Amino acid sequence: MNDESLWSIFTNACLINNFVLAYFLGICPFLGVSAKLNTAVRMGAAVTFVMLVSSMAAFGIQSVLVIVDAPYLKLISFIAVIASTVQLVEMFIKKTSPVLFRSLGIFLPLITTNCAILAVALFQTNKGYGFTQSVVYAFGAGVGFTLALVLMAGLREKLELAETPEIVKGTAITLILAGLLSICFMGFAGLFS
Amino acid sequence: MAIGLEQETPLSADDFLDGVFKRNPVFVQVLGMCPVLAVSNTAINALAMGLATSFVLLMSNLVVSLIRGVVPKQVRIVTFILVIATFVTIVDYLIQAISLDLHKALGAFISLIVVNCLILGRAEAFASQNGVARSMLDALGMGCGFTLALLCLGGVREVLGAGSLFGARLFGDAYQEWVVMMLPPGGFFALAAWLLLINWFAQRKHQALESTT
Repeated sequence: MNDESLWSIFTNACLINNFVLAYFLGICPFLGVSAKLNTAVRMGAAVTFVMLVSSMAAFGIQSVLVIVDAPYLKLISFIAVIASTVQLVEMFIKKTSPVLFRSLGIFLPLITTNCAILAVALFQTNKGYGFTQSVVYAFGAGVGFTLALVLMAGLREKLELAETPEIVKGTAITLILAGLLSICFMGFAGLFS
Repeated sequence: MAIGLEQETPLSADDFLDGVFKRNPVFVQVLGMCPVLAVSNTAINALAMGLATSFVLLMSNLVVSLIRGVVPKQVRIVTFILVIATFVTIVDYLIQAISLDLHKALGAFISLIVVNCLILGRAEAFASQNGVARSMLDALGMGCGFTLALLCLGGVREVLGAGSLFGARLFGDAYQEWVVMMLPPGGFFALAAWLLLINWFAQRKHQALESTT
């Protein structure tokens, strides 16, 4: 059992080892949905929610797998749980807010293949976090993901007004921006020493 | 596509070559970015990741193509993911058996092959609609394209960031390493630079075409 304090777990997942900018997890939605600030916030919220639910589920599954001694089923059962959680969230959002459902579009089912979510489940098991620690870790990761997404969306909205050369338009300029953001986040590394 | 009416398109080299160049998964379609950026800090890691992903891609395309008539439409995505997860587990244990150091260097990213959008994308867009032979060819092409792209990135990052390639030193002791290339921002910058290069070529080709007509 790991005895890291909850606050340090949170800042670690959210800032120091930001899932998007330091671990490169969830890059696809990061590049795909970060064009508009509004969508970015909602996407971030959806991902955070799925992360929290799947993290709790993963903790339960891991405890069962340890008892029945079948570690090789870890990956398969985690991904199955995540896929069904996403399905649940999708149905829920479709029912409660059709507008949000339309604006998230294809990216909602794609949360299933968002590496960040599976990574939260895998990392928390590898690090041996307890239940509360796992939940805090998942929450921190979700907040970090949302933060990166929102920052990026803000930058890209400004970018639309800027005069960029034809050649860098599209993915190239977005990646350069992401690189610069990533350098900024490296500054957080000194937060805990 | 209705299963009964399906026509077997003849095999062609295009299925393979498209994946490597024209529809390269990384440089053109921008799919499967997470492993591309995360484990491309050295050429050897990039190669191992590329091969592991290609293997999973090949096997999952094979199985998905075989079972495409049996799986109901509603549960197809979950079925595909479970197929992929099975092969990823196999690869995970395989790499652990071959080299423990490599397994440590790649870390959780081997397990994360499951959520590589490229693999699910090919299963859904190609293997679930085409015959076994074509699907295998497509997987081989995409796998080669993916490995090639990873090597391009890993090579550049290792040469600039550590002054070596595949672990062999290239420059003298006076070489000042660009440490940033080995760190996360370097991944973004290296990929951006490759995309710029490709854009530049595409633009030049476009202009050449325009001036001749």
